[in-house]
Amino acid sequence: MSSGESGKKWLRVADERSFPIREGRTVEIGSKHLAIFNLGNELVAVQNRCPHRGGPLAEGILSGNMIVCPLHAWKFDLQTGISVNCPKSGACLKVFETRVEDGIVCVEVPTGVEDEETTPIACDSPDRPLRWVARKPIAAASSPQSP
Amino acid sequence: MKVKDRLVVVGNGMAGTACIEQILKYSPRFEITVFGDETHVNYNRILLSSVLAGEKASDEIVLNSLDWYRQNDIRLRLGVRVVDVDAATKTVTGDDGSVTSFDKLLIATGSTPLIPPMEGSQKKGVYVFRTLDDTRALLDCSRNGARAVVIGGGLLGLEAARGLQVQGCDVTVVHLMDRLMERQLDLAGGSHLKAKIECLGVKVLLEKDTVAILGEEKATGVRFRDGSELDADFVVIAAGIRPNTELARKAGLAVNRGILVNDHMETSNAEIFAVGECVEHKGICYGLVAPLLEQGKVLAATITGNKGPTYEGSVPAAKLKIMGMDVFSAGDFREETFGNDVVRYEDPALGIYKKLTLRDNKLVGVILVGDAADSHRYMDWLQEKADLSEHRRQLLFPAPGADKGLDVAEMSDNKVICGCHGVSKSSIVRAIRDRGLSTLSQLKECTRASTGCGSCTELCQHLLKAVAPQFEEEEKKALCQCVPHSEQQLREMVRSQRLRSVQQVLDIYGNGVGCEHCKPALSYMMDMVWCGGHVEDRSARFVNDRVHANIQRDGTFSVVPRIRGGVTSPGELRRIADVAEKYKVKMVKITGSQRIDLLGVRKSDLPKIWADLGMPSGQAYSKGVRMVKTCVGTDFCRFGVQDSIATGVELERRFENLFTPHKFKMAVVGCPRNCAEATVKDIGLVGQEGSWQVVVGGAAGKRVRKADVLVTVESTEQALQSAALFFQYYRENANYLERSYDFVERLGIERVRRETIYAPLAVQQGLRDRLRKSKAGSRDAWLEGDEPRTPTQFVQIHPMENLQ
Repeated sequence: MSSGESGKKWLRVADERSFPIREGRTVEIGSKHLAIFNLGNELVAVQNRCPHRGGPLAEGILSGNMIVCPLHAWKFDLQTGISVNCPKSGACLKVFETRVEDGIVCVEVPTGVEDEETTPIACDSPDRPLRWVARKPIAAASSPQSP
Repeated sequence: MKVKDRLVVVGNGMAGTACIEQILKYSPRFEITVFGDETHVNYNRILLSSVLAGEKASDEIVLNSLDWYRQNDIRLRLGVRVVDVDAATKTVTGDDGSVTSFDKLLIATGSTPLIPPMEGSQKKGVYVFRTLDDTRALLDCSRNGARAVVIGGGLLGLEAARGLQVQGCDVTVVHLMDRLMERQLDLAGGSHLKAKIECLGVKVLLEKDTVAILGEEKATGVRFRDGSELDADFVVIAAGIRPNTELARKAGLAVNRGILVNDHMETSNAEIFAVGECVEHKGICYGLVAPLLEQGKVLAATITGNKGPTYEGSVPAAKLKIMGMDVFSAGDFREETFGNDVVRYEDPALGIYKKLTLRDNKLVGVILVGDAADSHRYMDWLQEKADLSEHRRQLLFPAPGADKGLDVAEMSDNKVICGCHGVSKSSIVRAIRDRGLSTLSQLKECTRASTGCGSCTELCQHLLKAVAPQFEEEEKKALCQCVPHSEQQLREMVRSQRLRSVQQVLDIYGNGVGCEHCKPALSYMMDMVWCGGHVEDRSARFVNDRVHANIQRDGTFSVVPRIRGGVTSPGELRRIADVAEKYKVKMVKITGSQRIDLLGVRKSDLPKIWADLGMPSGQAYSKGVRMVKTCVGTDFCRFGVQDSIATGVELERRFENLFTPHKFKMAVVGCPRNCAEATVKDIGLVGQEGSWQVVVGGAAGKRVRKADVLVTVESTEQALQSAALFFQYYRENANYLERSYDFVERLGIERVRRETIYAPLAVQQGLRDRLRKSKAGSRDAWLEGDEPRTPTQFVQIHPMENLQ
């Protein structure tokens, strides 16, 4: 484990090739589960548990920079973590920085990810969310820095 | 009786023949002879790119059949090139030595491909793309994997490149200029187009000046001015055209770049006329079809003694005909011209670029890339020099709530809707009214409108809608906003454009991204269209089809081994019990469809469980063939009249491991008591004394629907064959997530019967062949337990170093 320039701690996770393009993989770090996605031009890491009903986000289908939970199709922006289909629920994923060092994917050491049972979120929309929701513009997203 | 004037037409192409059609409308005063150096009747040259791309057969692009020439008493001399004209003696000489006298001569010799100066352009393996014979030659040499270099990145070069690429060639377009289609597009438009073309798999090299064709006798590559070289199995030169003016020079006509004509389409000789690509009007030689048809109309009036109408030039407009790739350009789009206003819209993610150039509130130029739906409106504004001060806020997008039919209502009656066939609005409206047309196909048959390049199809539909109250709009529900085309259209595009991966479809016809709705649908389409020969992309599949198990609400999975027909054995049951204990399965459940379900399995245990079970996947998680439910049948049941178990097992073996638009459930019962509920399944076989009833489209889910009888047959094999026909027909024609009961209701059982069991034998054979091919390419999904597609398909990743 190494300390980054900004005081962040990085953990070497696995070979880049463990993450096929446009798919997600679950990574177990201590008692915490992260989902790491290969978006083609970058890798992004978020908490694996869907805030809605606890679905495993790493198993979802990617829609560009959004991930769709396999259980009830809740949709999250992977750059901001914000729920796209039900923003007013306040549901938000914790996003972790990633970077690649010599072909090894590293992730910012997660702190404070709630891994206990999440409280189910109430939202006006039913389990299956609205199909078409305008996408929020991405606020200057923190992109992975190459070493 | 007055002897008819002899009219000789040199050239049997679109412009000349269209002009003859107009002449015939005026009067029968001519005895017409047509010379054509090609050996074909008049065909639609614009559609040669569709022939090359395999979208049309060569006989489908014929415009005037031999019968037409015969019916109009036209003497047709095919394969004869006119080599000399004598204006004094009024004769033409053919390359066969024949001499023909004329009273009036019409020169419609068109143009020939321009070959830029380069070494070795005469070598074998160097082609042009102008005629049907050229197209056939290209089709002959475009075998799979052949490397083709297309010199020229204009309209024709790009269409040739795309056609060759569809035929399986590895194609590179080499262009002298800094952007593709530089005569029609600005830099931004050109770069959007380049990105789209490259998405298709065609390589593009810009600013490359080809100086030599390499190779001994036959072309083996090209060399550029910068010294670099590129290997090729053949080369296509599509660097522009040159008007054919030699005959006109011999006849002593005034010739500049083309044959000079005035507004009445007269040349410098009162008895000799010219039309088409070979003429020059007010300094412009036109190479596109619409202006040539306009010229033909004017000329027909002049030549028949009805001089009056004038040709005043056309706004140059061009449309690229590559399926799914909208590019339209018209007028003057230069920004640097003083006084021009430019209005621009650009969405790089969707690949849409629109640019309008205005001067004094009038449209003078337009470029559309990625979305050319509004091209007709812009063309009208251009031609009519409409004052747009009122529209300034809605130039790029119609005013909200604008009536879709308004465009056609505003059009003048003589406005040409179909440029390829010169069909005007009034003739379409008349045809719809007088002949009671109500569908697009009737309109096509009747008027030939929209049978050319197809760009006016939408306008024709609007006209039908406006004029024919009973107009039936063909079903065109878009699959998804990510790929805004109907599934029917997408299936056709995928087939004709040979697209083999989901990402390709998204890149070319969609937003390049896709979502959880369209990705699985496209995954299914790929597998079905190519009978398993597609490029499988697991990232586009739902999780169940990535790990071959059904995800549960707690993120664990359920495992259902295949027990064909619901017939198992004590040994198998013992194994299942052992596995359930070994992996501490949370629940063992016998399901409603005679399946055994092991619930609560962790993803990483899946491959081990499958190995321990030693049974194939029951596909209970997939939009695919589920297990076949059976009753006991003649083996044991007192009432059974058919062997439902053996038949059910056989039915399952024939279809298992295949994907379907939605889950597909089947049952076989040995007598009409229907103990296994076959009449509420997607396919049910109901045994009767001496026969089987094959029923389809039953449901016992969200709704209950009794299945329709497809057919009653005597033998078990016939029953299985009929089921197979319906099964494959549903696979090929249903929309994704459309259960068989919705599908059968949508089409009606009569149509289903007509297109399956009563279809022509060749159609039935086609369905069977494709089913066989899909089946041969399918396999038990659980075999991936031993050979995962990626090393991490089933594993949870543990970091290579520990958290301290």
